[in-house]
Amino acid sequence: MGAVNGLPLLSLLIIVPLAGAVLCLPVKANAARWIALVSTLIVFAISIALWVAYDPNGAQWQFVEKLPLGGGINWALGIDGIALVLIALTAFLMPICIGASWRSIDKRVPEYMAYFLLMEALIMGSFAAQDLFLFYVFFEGGLIPMYFIIGIWGGAERVKASYKFFLYTLLGSVLMLIGMLYMATTAHTTSIPALMAHDFPVEAQKWLFLAFMASFAVKLPMWPVHTWLPDAHVQAPTAGSVILAGILLKLGGYGFIRFSLPMFPEGSYTFIPLIFVLSGVAVVYTSLVALVQRDMKKLIAYSSVAHMAFVTFGLFAMNRQGIEGAMLVMLGHGFVSGALFLCVGVIYDRLHTREIDRYGGLSDNMPGYALLFMVFTMASIGLPGTSNFVGEFLSLVGTYHASSWAAVAGTTGIILGAAYMLWLYWRICFGTLRHKDAAAMSDLSLREWWLLGPIALAVFWMGIYPESFIRPIRNDVGRLLVRLERVAPAGDSRIHLAPMKMGAMDHGATH
Amino acid sequence: MIPRFAPLLPELILGIGATVLMMAAAFGGRRASGTIAWLSVALLIAATFALIGAPSHAGPVFEGIVSADLFASFGKAIIFPAAAVAIIAANGWFERGTEHASEYAVLILFSAVGMSVMVSATSLISLYVGLELLSLASYVLAAYRRTDERSAEAGLKYFVLGALASGILLYGISLLYGFTGTTSFAGIAAAFGRGAPSLGLLFGLVFLLAGLAFKISAVPFHMWTPDVYEGAPTPVTTFFATAPKVAAVLLSTRVCIDALGPATDAWRQIVIVAALASVFLGAVAAYGQTNIKRLLAYSSINNVGFALIGLAAGGARGASAVLFYMAVYVVMTAGAFLCVLWMRDGEGRPVEDIYSLSGLSQRQPLFAFAMFVFMFSLAGIPPMFGFWPKLVVFRAAIDSGYVALAVAGILGTVVGAYYYLKIIKVMYLDEPAPPYAPVREPVQAALVLLAALVVSPLGYLLIGPLGALTDRAAGALF
Repeated sequence: MGAVNGLPLLSLLIIVPLAGAVLCLPVKANAARWIALVSTLIVFAISIALWVAYDPNGAQWQFVEKLPLGGGINWALGIDGIALVLIALTAFLMPICIGASWRSIDKRVPEYMAYFLLMEALIMGSFAAQDLFLFYVFFEGGLIPMYFIIGIWGGAERVKASYKFFLYTLLGSVLMLIGMLYMATTAHTTSIPALMAHDFPVEAQKWLFLAFMASFAVKLPMWPVHTWLPDAHVQAPTAGSVILAGILLKLGGYGFIRFSLPMFPEGSYTFIPLIFVLSGVAVVYTSLVALVQRDMKKLIAYSSVAHMAFVTFGLFAMNRQGIEGAMLVMLGHGFVSGALFLCVGVIYDRLHTREIDRYGGLSDNMPGYALLFMVFTMASIGLPGTSNFVGEFLSLVGTYHASSWAAVAGTTGIILGAAYMLWLYWRICFGTLRHKDAAAMSDLSLREWWLLGPIALAVFWMGIYPESFIRPIRNDVGRLLVRLERVAPAGDSRIHLAPMKMGAMDHGATH
Repeated sequence: MIPRFAPLLPELILGIGATVLMMAAAFGGRRASGTIAWLSVALLIAATFALIGAPSHAGPVFEGIVSADLFASFGKAIIFPAAAVAIIAANGWFERGTEHASEYAVLILFSAVGMSVMVSATSLISLYVGLELLSLASYVLAAYRRTDERSAEAGLKYFVLGALASGILLYGISLLYGFTGTTSFAGIAAAFGRGAPSLGLLFGLVFLLAGLAFKISAVPFHMWTPDVYEGAPTPVTTFFATAPKVAAVLLSTRVCIDALGPATDAWRQIVIVAALASVFLGAVAAYGQTNIKRLLAYSSINNVGFALIGLAAGGARGASAVLFYMAVYVVMTAGAFLCVLWMRDGEGRPVEDIYSLSGLSQRQPLFAFAMFVFMFSLAGIPPMFGFWPKLVVFRAAIDSGYVALAVAGILGTVVGAYYYLKIIKVMYLDEPAPPYAPVREPVQAALVLLAALVVSPLGYLLIGPLGALTDRAAGALF
């Protein structure tokens, strides 16, 4: 099944935004905005077509395309369910980002839109690539547009933040490149599906795992290599933060799930303690740091680090609950953190400060805003009925099964998360309207409702009926578990969940 | 008689053409400079096409002094066009205030003959003759703007240090000849093949490599590069950074593999040290530079280091990686220097300060974009094509088991990325500086566009054909 109706849909996912980017450059600001919006909407439509045409019970790799370029690199694309949902997330958030930049970006607009579209093309390429080096090219290429987005349209300290972002992630990635070169040499293939079934020697796996972890841990980010993230977030324009938190961080999680776990099962097993310790520290430490932030964006940035720790906890629990939970946390966090950054952007556009103390009592003059902000705050805390609850719960169940101590650390994070998010919400929306300028702010405009409304719907959809999002990934998680079977940790919980598969719990019809 | 010379057709075209044009330049003076330049470009193009056929397949000619094989042809196919680019780069440059504008193209032609001999040399004598023909022309070129102090200083510096290096090289050659009794690469290889090399042979090898390292400006023999690159007129710098570099690297490759093949263990450690030192010094020393030509000089040192990693990897894979690297390197560097050529203030005077590039993306977006492609490509950041040759080189190193070498090289790319990023930052993030004079060079603009397209992500389409070609060319050495 090369394509649907003869159309190479995955290539189109990359080509359409690229073409849009080129078209944006020579035109005026307003035309560039519309070109960007239309291209991202076309990509969104393609991703819906992919979602509809994707057969969850079909072959592992669907929509496969392959064109050899010679010299050991292929234009090989193809997706499984895991890539599919992340592609859909990207396609969903991109038009929203363009909308969020509609008014707030007023200098060098065509360039800005071009970088965003270039970014989208590269991210889509990373999720769809089936060739090791093709993946690297896309993965690494994403640095360039993000460097410019932070560096040109960012805040006062933008140059430093953009350098830090670029060099930090570059250093992580080149270590991965070394691993990739080794793999291509010893396994004699660069095909990702083939490598996912290849058994590397155990000793080599450990090194390869560390090499790949260097890249993904920076990208995700994990403590202690997260320090680029708060800087990048604070300085980036709103839409840049949304992309960064909503999608770019997911590349790290995707990397773990696509490369580290299936390609180096023994290596992964060896480093479970390391991952758990780093994740545990991340959850507790970054949550505490988030508590004392005065800058809204920084607070949400630190909360991202904490949430990403649930991803690593879940993935390295190496059981179905954990891995599915990790995937759902990634999706949920993509929606929620994106929405929270948009919420910050809404009031930043009005008052031009991110200082929490400059706000207060906004529920009086901005009731619509207060409502939506509440929804996303609750989702971020993981209230049942919202997206993050499902993911965090599953991921913690999985973690508990693998290691109860890790689960204890993770749960602490949920409590602390509630503390800093509720406190943030209280300081911004409740209390009295102390500041005159804050009191003069108008409620959400129609455009802003259009940006936040769809995310709110997605958040509830995922919270109430997560099966829509689990169905595409179920079989792929199953395949991953088969791969991990020989190393999966026994755990210390003494609760034997093993025979109860999530599939059986939900509908059981898919097997 | 004629068939005997068929394998040397490109050299004959260039040699005879250059002699005739030299006369034309002497009698025609400044008025003829435009015509001579374009005739020289035509000769170089003709020589490139003459590579098809006998010059690529005839094998050893003239008792094995030179070899007309695919390896040599591949090198010439890069060198001739690169030399033509250097001539085009000088279009209109020397007419202002230089007496002898027309000899420039002729000198380039002579050095092209020299380089041509270098890449086909299979004997120490032809090696030296080719190298000196190139070097003597280069010394004159560096000092071409003789009334300009910096240019004169660059020429003198280049000459003194170059003569010293030639001396070292000759000393190495004499030792090798003395201990083997032959100057042919095959004979030297046979001598090295007879058990452990004697101390004299090893000395010869070290001196020979040291002399070559000077020519490719590998650390620790790189000192002259920044000064000469900065002082020489920009078109000449464009030339130095491209064609002669390829010739010298290819010559070193052939010497290491053909002549010193059995002593691989002896030269490999030297090459590894030179490679890593070049990669890191080239990267670190560029940090504080504010002169774009100096910065690109360090960039070329850095890049030669990567090519040497391929050489250190050894074998056909390694040689092929070196060829691939140099082919892409020439395109990136030529493009970058053509852009530097356009950095002129309102009155047409060349500007070399990198801060004059400030905000270029808002003043001249296409110019800035071309520079953007070259800088990211030189830095080896995907999705630019400059990433791929680095990958090929590292892959060759890992294939041969030199994982640590590859790791060090890859980390070197991160160190180097910083200063390329600095140029990008100045062009895209900073506030606009006073504008440059508008570019009125359609041919140069077309060349920059072509180079930018080749090293843009579109270049990945070239991997197949170029890779196959470098594999075959490298195969000619074994």
